[in-house]
Amino acid sequence: MTRHLRTGIGVVLTAIMLFPVYWMINVSFTRDTDMRASPPHLFPVDGTLEGYRAVLDQQLPYLGTSLLVGLGTVLLTVVLAAPAGYSLAKLRPAGRPAITFVLLIAQMIPGIIMAMGFYAIYLKAGVLNTLPGLILADSTIAVPFGVLIFTAFMAGLPDELLQAAAIDGASRWRTFVSVVMPVSRNAVVTVSLFAFLWAWSDFIFASTLAGGGAHQPVTLGIYHYIGNNNQQWNAIMATAVIASVPATILLVIAQRYVAAGVTAGAVKD
Amino acid sequence: MTSVRRARQLAAWGFLAPVVVYLLAFYAYPLYRNLDLSLRHYTVRSFVRGDAPFSGLDNYRTIFADPSFGPALLHTVVFTGVSLVFQFAIGMALAVFFAQNFRLSATLRALFLVPWLLPLIVSASTWSWMLNSDSGIVNWTLGLAGVDPVNWLTSPRWSLVSVIIANIWIGVPFNLVVLYSGLRTIPGEIYEAAALDGASGWSAFRRITFPLLRPVSAITLLLGLVYTLKVFDIIWIMTRGGPVDSSTTLATWSYRLSFGNLLPQFGPGAAVGNLLIVMALICGLIYLRIQRRQA
Repeated sequence: MTRHLRTGIGVVLTAIMLFPVYWMINVSFTRDTDMRASPPHLFPVDGTLEGYRAVLDQQLPYLGTSLLVGLGTVLLTVVLAAPAGYSLAKLRPAGRPAITFVLLIAQMIPGIIMAMGFYAIYLKAGVLNTLPGLILADSTIAVPFGVLIFTAFMAGLPDELLQAAAIDGASRWRTFVSVVMPVSRNAVVTVSLFAFLWAWSDFIFASTLAGGGAHQPVTLGIYHYIGNNNQQWNAIMATAVIASVPATILLVIAQRYVAAGVTAGAVKD
Repeated sequence: MTSVRRARQLAAWGFLAPVVVYLLAFYAYPLYRNLDLSLRHYTVRSFVRGDAPFSGLDNYRTIFADPSFGPALLHTVVFTGVSLVFQFAIGMALAVFFAQNFRLSATLRALFLVPWLLPLIVSASTWSWMLNSDSGIVNWTLGLAGVDPVNWLTSPRWSLVSVIIANIWIGVPFNLVVLYSGLRTIPGEIYEAAALDGASGWSAFRRITFPLLRPVSAITLLLGLVYTLKVFDIIWIMTRGGPVDSSTTLATWSYRLSFGNLLPQFGPGAAVGNLLIVMALICGLIYLRIQRRQA
């Protein structure tokens, strides 16, 4: 097989794999009247922006909520996970294997079960349908992963670096804030990207904990669209395209972090 | 010296404390609440007031006797098994293909990640429309080959197949990336030596790649198992477990019991959820054991 032939086959395989993504984009530009045309319009030649206009009219609040929830989850996850990773990697706490074990197991608990427990707790505490409640629940998807990533990364930092800071009279907290965190930028980026993406994509927590309130994320926006009887598929698919933007940005600007995150045992919930 | 060590322990636990508190409050406590739910007889009123009577294993008896139990368990096993086999086989084939570095291979591999990164609701709704009985592109394409339209999502015969197809599509990238990174650890000299002995192509794959990749394969499959068992979004969005339970799994059944009806049945819903947790944990523990043995 020549190299060119391989490249050709690779392009064809990728095109097949990404066909549903193309179809989503194509349908998002298709006019209502052409939606059920036979044969289907394979290219958006007589395209329309109706779908995107509907997004602008109806979906902006949902998108805003998703953005806030995503950013809140990132902040909470990094603040909780980075110090824990530093401790596990460099300070050798007694009971380290047990903590690591719990973190690995925690990632395997089905989201639906967490959702039921949270629902019971939130109902009583009166925090159903609130932004902080949803952020807190979404962070459970990312925190164990975050601690493990920070631990793996910080274990690779040279001990001399930390000793030098200690000799200069820096406390452990100071060392962590001014030495460890700045050199751990890659880990911060990886954890933040995944935390944001998972919070942005979450459907289970949103539908159980925020489904009846004023703060609903875009996953519910799409879900309500599908539930409607007069299904406007160009509007649904336009919302889906917009909802895919964070994943696309992630892939374009942070490809190597994504691959690293996947192979680190990061698995989508 | 001991005081230095004690000071370090204190600092270590100081940095860990937030996460430990967090795990107790937002993992252990919800799980405990869920266990508690499954052991009580709840009505909507007692759920709000929190004074439901203890009912032992009644909820578990209820779900075992429920006509939905058998199908839900069977569908969970079929959904997980079939998804895993195809995800793994396709992922492996693609990993071997992409390992022969050619122009654009890195870029194309990155593009393959897209399905895995998209929000599940996006993938699920796109597949729903592609599989639409009357206007879906899939039935139109089949029509070109002379196949009659298939009621993918609305007939009990095909609904489980449909959600499995979508799930395989979503899971292939993960298998590809992990298996590809495993392939990279096999030294090229082994293949060169094998080529001198006349082994190449399929026989090299069977005799070298596959055995050497067995540890990575085991990890990939077990992680896949843990994560496929709990798949909920895709099935719920595409078929809601229907029609008539034909694509119901333990995860969607648990959700339907607790949140899908006007009269929620929190007790049985939590009981189904706990069954699911036991299954996931068994697979998870096997995974950790294998991983530790390899380390």
